Amino acid sequence: MGKRLSSLLSAGYLVILYGFIFLPVVVLVLFSFQDGSLPIPPFNGPSLRWYENIFADRHLTSALANSLFVALGSAMVACVLGFLAAYALARFRLPGSALQRGLLVAPMTVSYLIVALGLLTCFNALGIPLSLWTVGIGHVVINLPLCFAIIYASMGAHQKTIERAARDLGANELQVMLLVSAPMLLPSILAAFFLSVTFSWDEFVIAFLLSRFDVTLPVEIWNLLRSGLSPRTNAIGSLVFLISVVLLALLEFTVFRRSAKS
Amino acid sequence: MTARVAIRSVSKQFEAFTALSGVSLDIAAGEYIVLLGPSGCGKTTLLSILGGFLTPSSGTVEIGDKDVTELPPARRPTTTMFQDYALFPHMTVRDNVAFGPRMRGVGRAERRRKAEGLLKLVGLEGAAARKPSELSGGQRQRVALARALAVDPDVLLLDEPLGALDLKLRRQMQDELKAIQQRVGTTFVHVTHDQEEAMAIADRIVVMNRGRIEDVGPPADVYLRPRSHFAANFMGEINMIAGRLARIEGTRIGVETELGAFDLPGTALTAGPLALGAAVAVGIRPEAFRTPGEGAAPLGLGASRIVDCAFFGTHYRCHLAPDTAPGVTLVAHLPQAARPIAGGSVPLQLDATQVVVLPAPVDGG
Repeated sequence: MGKRLSSLLSAGYLVILYGFIFLPVVVLVLFSFQDGSLPIPPFNGPSLRWYENIFADRHLTSALANSLFVALGSAMVACVLGFLAAYALARFRLPGSALQRGLLVAPMTVSYLIVALGLLTCFNALGIPLSLWTVGIGHVVINLPLCFAIIYASMGAHQKTIERAARDLGANELQVMLLVSAPMLLPSILAAFFLSVTFSWDEFVIAFLLSRFDVTLPVEIWNLLRSGLSPRTNAIGSLVFLISVVLLALLEFTVFRRSAKS
Repeated sequence: MTARVAIRSVSKQFEAFTALSGVSLDIAAGEYIVLLGPSGCGKTTLLSILGGFLTPSSGTVEIGDKDVTELPPARRPTTTMFQDYALFPHMTVRDNVAFGPRMRGVGRAERRRKAEGLLKLVGLEGAAARKPSELSGGQRQRVALARALAVDPDVLLLDEPLGALDLKLRRQMQDELKAIQQRVGTTFVHVTHDQEEAMAIADRIVVMNRGRIEDVGPPADVYLRPRSHFAANFMGEINMIAGRLARIEGTRIGVETELGAFDLPGTALTAGPLALGAAVAVGIRPEAFRTPGEGAAPLGLGASRIVDCAFFGTHYRCHLAPDTAPGVTLVAHLPQAARPIAGGSVPLQLDATQVVVLPAPVDGG
């Protein structure tokens, strides 16, 4: 009897836990198909009109494209810079290397708001106009520590011997990096890349403060929310969510599948 | 492709630690040299200096007729086969082997042909398209060998190449290594701490200890006529009996020990001439003991009590306490026919030609 009760309690706990996590998402997605103008119960039946509506909205579609551009571009730059920094610090004796490692990961501890304000001041002082490029720079700033930490952690002594072997066989430093180190560390580089893409994709504060005319999707959604709730925002939210899920699935299938095998 | 190697008074200092002190060694082209010694003896440091991964604190290294002391690994006619093989995990076996030629600008078809030829040489022709992670330890070892040979090195450096393999595979691979070395003719320098491996494979063994070379020679010489206390002990079991050099007469010498006086040929002084009265250690291999009626030139040791004995197939391995010095325990290999019994007594003799007289160790090393 006690055993049944405890398993019942654990099952109940599980339902509540997952409900708490996923109910908002389910409600969001469900009411994006609302056949009516308010995303509140009762559910009037499925309709794709709000999706049609957002794809017809040039503001939204361009914000979507901007977001993808910023996310992919900034993640790529953050990965390249992170890899170079990790390679240098893991493979060469550099002055103050512990300090340099600390400085590289330090931005992780700074809030996005502070990063954004700091960059905003800098750009103003330098006379650089705000654009998608400045948003991208902001995202590189927040994602570089992450990329560096992930890639640095995966550079072990074993890889070091492999790089030595490559040099011994006649590879120069660039060839070692491009043909041996980077492909060998590809799982962690991809992990860093996809995580950076998702972080940049969702990021609002920096994107809001460092952009002007062209904005990313989160900023555009915020603009829409100011005019009140509508199934339209639900549809956009669902789309953002779908893209995040696809990214995570890609990460799972490419990176973790690969590293489990080797 | 092959070349001679000359190591001239090479020393290597790591801050306070001296890894090598004044090592000199000449290696002939096409020779199979094994650097043998315990961990920390400097053998791997010497190999790294040959490969160019370390620069000596003093001394020079010549390969062929060229001073390579300051050259980086890639510009030396050497390749290193690393202990953990260091294969490129993301490349196929064929691409691994073809990597060296690729770095040297060899065309795709040509390097592919070369890789397949070498894979055939090491007996892996069917595995070209596989990844290293799909291979067994022994197969990875062969890939590493093929990859190292693909750049036609004059000198191949092998850092404990068989260390990660189990015993049976190790014995099989050492035969193959030797056979491949004879086919390609490259100079091989192989580091190990396994003296059986060294004896099985080497043209010459270099016994190292504490950053110095203790002995150099063909396996039989180093085993039978070791030139240092350390080399004698490291090459296998040996009885060391303390004594004093009492007599030098022409080609004969006399040594006084706890077991009595030994009359030995002068050639027993393998470490070079010693002063009369010098403290010595008499080294006797367990198989140098004889029972009466066996072999020539016997040196009588009197009766010995058998403390215990065990049958090893080819021989009995016994602990003996000689009646003349009951406090001394000797290890002896007695023939199968001797049928020794623990507690029994055996009249013991010695083949005097198999005894070495070495200077007594200064500090037990």
